[in-house]
Amino acid sequence: MTREQIRKTEGIIALTLSTLAAFLGLFWLVFILGDVLVHGIKALKLSLFLNDPAPPGVEGGGLRNAFVGQLLITVCATLIGVPVGVLGGTFLAEYARGRRIARLISVLSDIMVSVPSIVIGTFIYAVLVRPIGHFNGWAGAVALSIIMIPVVLRTTEDMLSLVPWTLREAAFALGAPYYKVITQVVYRGAATGILTGILLSIARVAGETAPLLFTSFNNSFFSVDMKQPVASLTVTIFQYAMGPYDNWHAQAWAAAFVITVFILLLTITGRLIIKWRYK
Amino acid sequence: MSEKIELEVKELDFHYSGNVHALKKINLRAYKNSVTALIGPSGCGKTTLLRCFNRMHDLYPGNRYQGEVIFQGDNILSGGTDLINLRSRIGMVFQKPTPFPMSIFDNIAYGLKLKGVRKRAELSEKVEKALVHAVLWDEVKDKLGANAYELSGGQQQRLVIARALAVDPEVLLFDEPTSALDPISTAKIEELAAVLKKEVTIVIVTHNMQQAARISDWTGFLMLGELIEFDRTDKIFTAPSEKLTEDYVTGRFG
Repeated sequence: MTREQIRKTEGIIALTLSTLAAFLGLFWLVFILGDVLVHGIKALKLSLFLNDPAPPGVEGGGLRNAFVGQLLITVCATLIGVPVGVLGGTFLAEYARGRRIARLISVLSDIMVSVPSIVIGTFIYAVLVRPIGHFNGWAGAVALSIIMIPVVLRTTEDMLSLVPWTLREAAFALGAPYYKVITQVVYRGAATGILTGILLSIARVAGETAPLLFTSFNNSFFSVDMKQPVASLTVTIFQYAMGPYDNWHAQAWAAAFVITVFILLLTITGRLIIKWRYK
Repeated sequence: MSEKIELEVKELDFHYSGNVHALKKINLRAYKNSVTALIGPSGCGKTTLLRCFNRMHDLYPGNRYQGEVIFQGDNILSGGTDLINLRSRIGMVFQKPTPFPMSIFDNIAYGLKLKGVRKRAELSEKVEKALVHAVLWDEVKDKLGANAYELSGGQQQRLVIARALAVDPEVLLFDEPTSALDPISTAKIEELAAVLKKEVTIVIVTHNMQQAARISDWTGFLMLGELIEFDRTDKIFTAPSEKLTEDYVTGRFG
């Protein structure tokens, strides 16, 4: 073979392999999503959102407790995680910019992003469940917020770093103190990026099961008392899918469908914001 | 000399962090209601000098001033200077336009709000006045709510000048304000400087010697951190005392 032919063959092999790899990944994604879609829509009923679980064997129960509980835990996690993440990112990008402590925290939070979530679950179990003596909703919210914080923190840091220095100098030159420069000028410049990071971090924690298993656990009854175990969709899916009853399986599918759609919407919103901002 | 001195630089030395000696024993005066141009080759310290006047260097740790800059009787380099107050009296316009990511109106109102102006009517009045002043009013009066980034580069630069003017500064510092602009926008900014000097004292750093010759009354020529010559602009450009100045303004180097 000539050199040219070898190059062409190599090109064809590389193209084939990478295309195959892409389709292999895509296949499972479509398979899983399709399965969730088909089974989930079949099991989707209005009663699912309105009723609490029925005793095993009795027809007609719903997952109202899990929907409300999931929302409650996610909202509480967001309320804890977002302020800490945004303020932490602000510290890194503004007050500690270029200092060694900033780089250290950045690297640590990059590591935190990839810590298995079950590790965070067991950690919170040790500090917020064992000492209290029982599973509780706050522990779940804190566990999720710990997963959120590094994501929000790093996004905030990156987005603030993208705001040109000259903009800050211009605000300083008008006689603005640093906190006003940050809150009134820099945050505005980075707002859409930070908002996107927040949405994506919510999407990231909304589907977490492992950290909740050890913290908020589950509750078969409707409860909004965060000091007690609180039901969540993900843990309910886990239990129902493992359970022996057909209607449990159906409800697990429906719940999986709803949570997937929710996360999908969050992600799409995040992407749309980026697109709209940088058009 | 009958003119009133607005800024007086005495024996100013400046070190960047890491002990870079950027300005050496600078002595210079900026007279009230005049335009003073600072010229010199890249890296000569002209921007560094300009940024001493509103203490911009304080934003970065490790920078060191020695000597004095007297502004209306006070040494602004002294430790007790209120930087927020100083910067509202000595405004600055940068090389690239720096509109804030907000509406045209809010851009101009920003400095006013910092100074505590809250009443909507007063804000509107002062915003209009500043925009008229910067010869931008006719172009933006129908879209004050529009994002400032929608303006062209030249308009943005005049917006930034209007923003600086809105707080009634006594001195305006221009750091190569036209180097990112086209010739027509540049001409507008230059005309503006000629008008503005009736009310404020202007110090301008420029790479463009024709610009210095056109708009300034006084010119300082810097090289390697030293002020080689400071005199009336026509003298600097027609009969400089120093050989170096003559070589520079005639384009023999730089």
